[in-house]
Amino acid sequence: MLAKRIIPCLDCDLGVPHGRVVKGVQFKQIRYAGIPWELAEEYDKQGADELIFLDITASHERRETMATVIEKTCENVFMPLTVGGGIRSLQDARNAFNAGADKVSINTAALKNPGLIGEIAKYFGTQACVIAIDAKRRYGREPGREMVDTPDGECWFECSLYGGREFTGIDAIQWAVEAEERGAGDIMLTSMDRDGTKDGFDIELTSAVSDSVNIPVIASGGCGNPEHILEVLKETNASAALAASIFHFREYTISEVKEYLRKNGVHVRL
Amino acid sequence: MIAVIDYGMGNLRSIHNALVKVGGNPVIVSGKRDLSDADGVVIPGVGAFGDAMHNLMPFSDKLFDLIDSGIPLLGICIGMQLLFEWSEESDCAGFGLLKGDVVRLPEGVKVPQMGWNELTVQSDTDLLTGIDDGDFFYFVHSYYCVPRDQQIIVATTDYGVDMAAVVEKDNVHAVQFHPEKSSRKGLMILKNFVRMVKC
Repeated sequence: MLAKRIIPCLDCDLGVPHGRVVKGVQFKQIRYAGIPWELAEEYDKQGADELIFLDITASHERRETMATVIEKTCENVFMPLTVGGGIRSLQDARNAFNAGADKVSINTAALKNPGLIGEIAKYFGTQACVIAIDAKRRYGREPGREMVDTPDGECWFECSLYGGREFTGIDAIQWAVEAEERGAGDIMLTSMDRDGTKDGFDIELTSAVSDSVNIPVIASGGCGNPEHILEVLKETNASAALAASIFHFREYTISEVKEYLRKNGVHVRL
Repeated sequence: MIAVIDYGMGNLRSIHNALVKVGGNPVIVSGKRDLSDADGVVIPGVGAFGDAMHNLMPFSDKLFDLIDSGIPLLGICIGMQLLFEWSEESDCAGFGLLKGDVVRLPEGVKVPQMGWNELTVQSDTDLLTGIDDGDFFYFVHSYYCVPRDQQIIVATTDYGVDMAAVVEKDNVHAVQFHPEKSSRKGLMILKNFVRMVKC
């Protein structure tokens, strides 16, 4: 049986030499967390199952990708690596794979050009393409939307672009289903309502999407403690949980989180 | 030196770096002449069986000679599957160094298998020194090997079916998972392989 995965996410600001890992609160205020490959090595030691590097500068400031960060990481870290942020074409994806990435994560480019998912899957395999969905709750019934009951009322989920700076009108659940059909290997599902809040994952969002697709869903946004990870892995069909600040700022180690999960009946790699 | 065969099936940076990390001396070779000095050979790989077989054909004579001479070989993922006789993927013949076929993962499980799965060790061998039952390794594959000779299976994993995860026959070793992506335990397997090469 496959283990549930715990994935630290490294948001990288590549506007400084060597890059640096940062963490924002609801995509705004920024805290500095360290050098990407040094953090990556630390997470490897702690037992991370996978790492995601997101270039938070690329998508809107059009910076180059993070090839050097990945190359440096690959010297000492031997686990699956995903690169996202600013991957807009097959060539961008190829550059990331050549640097040592195993998967690329795409968001904006896939929404604008859904055919890109199939192209990446064809050349690099379906496991190689992660679709990142940044979803925001929209309360109130609308025709043609996948409505979900929540304690705060009925809502649907809208996909956003550029880290929440633009909205698309696209239903996140419908988009996840389409992404799977087009060849996506994972869905990285971030709640824009919860991201940076540490209030816990959006359980209704994660349930709705993970029940609608057959590919693994990585729950993201809102993790503040190990209980939140337990909750999302127990109460939804998510295959993985992603967290940033609780690991970056050493509130918990990954091994502590995994031991807690195993004690509570979650199948994890220790 | 350990020849890591570059046959155009994906990026070899991780396997190269991992072999360096455990004290090996890997060289990425893209022509069969470069295989002459090899004391060990790694067939890495991702991708489709048919393409892999096609691209590896130019190496085959030299590869067979090396294997006959007794040097250790390690096949990884598609590099394991190629060692068998036939694959359902691409309906294509393999090298046939190991008896058996490669078939698609069963109905009822997500394909590809992608993630960390546990090994059940069937017999203690040099390649698995330091590896215990229940250790996790990283798998990415849609097809799996069904060896005809059960004796060659040294570890299995369960994913809808109990399948061969590690096989060994004399100097031919192969793993279905990616040791170069399996963190500390994966490096341990590569270290064991490097030790065989140096012996």
